[in-house]
Amino acid sequence: MTTPRADAETLPAAGLRQPLGAPRLRRTVRQRLLSHPLAVASAALLLALALLVLAVPLIGMALGVDSETPNLLTRMQAPSSAHWLGTDELGRDLLMRLLEGGRVSLGIGLIIAVAAAVIGTLIGLTAGYFGGRTDALLMRLTDGIIALPRLPLLIVLAALDVTKLGLPEQWAHSPLLGFWRIAVIITLVGWTTVARLVRGATLSLREREFVRAALALGARPARIMFVHILPNLAGPIIVATTLSVGNIILAESVLSFLGFGIQPPMASWGNMLTNAQEMMWSAPMLAVWPGVLIFATVISCNFLGDGLQDALDPRA
Amino acid sequence: MTRFILQRLAETLLVLLLMSFVIYGLIGLMPGDPIDLMLTADPKLTTADVARLKALQGLDQPLVDRYVHWLSAALQGDFGYSRSQSLPVWQVVVPRLWNTILLMGLSLVIALAIAIPAGVQAAARPGSLTDNLINLSAFAGMSVPLFWLAILMLMLFSVHLRVLPASGTFSVGADGIADRARHLIMPVLSLTLVTVGAHLRYVRSAMTEALRQDFIRTAQAKGVSRGRLLYGHALRNAMIPFVTVLALEFGTLFSGALIVEQIFAYLGMGKTIYDAVAGNDYNLAMVSLLLSTAVVLLSNLAADLAYAWLDPRITYR
Repeated sequence: MTTPRADAETLPAAGLRQPLGAPRLRRTVRQRLLSHPLAVASAALLLALALLVLAVPLIGMALGVDSETPNLLTRMQAPSSAHWLGTDELGRDLLMRLLEGGRVSLGIGLIIAVAAAVIGTLIGLTAGYFGGRTDALLMRLTDGIIALPRLPLLIVLAALDVTKLGLPEQWAHSPLLGFWRIAVIITLVGWTTVARLVRGATLSLREREFVRAALALGARPARIMFVHILPNLAGPIIVATTLSVGNIILAESVLSFLGFGIQPPMASWGNMLTNAQEMMWSAPMLAVWPGVLIFATVISCNFLGDGLQDALDPRA
Repeated sequence: MTRFILQRLAETLLVLLLMSFVIYGLIGLMPGDPIDLMLTADPKLTTADVARLKALQGLDQPLVDRYVHWLSAALQGDFGYSRSQSLPVWQVVVPRLWNTILLMGLSLVIALAIAIPAGVQAAARPGSLTDNLINLSAFAGMSVPLFWLAILMLMLFSVHLRVLPASGTFSVGADGIADRARHLIMPVLSLTLVTVGAHLRYVRSAMTEALRQDFIRTAQAKGVSRGRLLYGHALRNAMIPFVTVLALEFGTLFSGALIVEQIFAYLGMGKTIYDAVAGNDYNLAMVSLLLSTAVVLLSNLAADLAYAWLDPRITYR
């Protein structure tokens, strides 16, 4: 097979000469990360946002507002002491909607990122360790998925009638279906980055002395993959997963915006913008806030991922 | 070389064939079917009528049989009728395909025209103010949600300044290039802004790698001018890894085109896919999905061939 593609992913892992858990390395990594002001600020912002969205019920009680009760008498109000950011097109408190939406968007971002990292790691380890035909087949699949136009496929997957797949009727009407459907379909196409990364690194690691030593001692493939190789890949996997959270939040928000993702009345930053285009004449701020939050969250994930990369892999 | 091209072309066609089956299966899982839609339009149809119509359309056959039937018709140029447009699917799709290729092509060219010089400058002075500013804007471009950026641009240029048309591919009555161009400005600009960041970072890292090579030091020692060093020696080598990753960006570019087409009501393939899926226009959805997959796969192929052409070290069996 003549695939003229350089394996850029083989490089990062080779830089880690010591497992992540070693105390001296851990200290160096922390120091390097702290010397990256944007990454530190991003981590702080993400942490603050996570605490805020977890505290939504408390905040709602304290302010005496919730995100669900529509009130047609108070539609599209300007910010006031009762509604700090004003109200939306159905008279619901905008701040509470934004926090609820953040809960959904951040939750989806984390769940999918972890699920995709697990799947990608398993596939990458298998392909890289066993090599040969297994590797060729799995990497063909991975490259194929990477090459496809992603959004059109996600739209079709999101439009599928789940009852035709044999799922029970009451499932199809449950409000949580939108949430889990998005989680599953983005995971289906999202594991490829980690898989390529892990596969590339495994290819070089399996030739190293400590792996050969383990092999000579009679360790089984599963033990070598998970006990000997995997710990060496912790750094690159953490970096790739952090970077993927941002992309996943973007994908979720665009699907929800287009009406194929999280379904109202459940709030997500994406579906809060669905109606914004029609209301940009009358209530422009409704279109501004959700976007600002998506932007801030995604750029923070990217800065943090970049900082982690510098900290964990100083050669890059 | 010819053999390599033929082999890659055959592979691409095989993937496309595989994808046509996957897409066919997925479309079959979309809500309802053509007869259900007739039923909602005409409640007088009986269950027996429905069964007879389904048999007539072959909808009672197994998936593989229906697929083979579809494929043999498609290979003879019959892609069926679009329910929503009342036109043969092919006639709906072809002009829209050109609209999308125009949108994607313009935006790619502009993005590269920005990303290559800026990435070279950033890599030439790592850690400088220019490098940091370029890096920051690349991150901003990669992180901004495209649909939100497009809405903000609409608010600025169409609502407040009233200088650009809010939607459409052309104005009714007005004809000519200037009108088409005015409708293209915002879609192209927004698509460029969100794709340029990734290109910038790729160019920068490929250039950084290239500038570390020994031949750069040699060239420098020989007294080669700065511009020639950067663009003649380093960039030529940096283009090789860059083209590889560029191939992976076509899918992203198409996804972006879908978003801007939807927001600016620009009649391209992306909007066609969206409308066809949302409106249960099965034939149109099938062909437009397959065609956009083909466009993306062929762009990948082109990038692979460019890679082979750029790197003389690679020999092909």
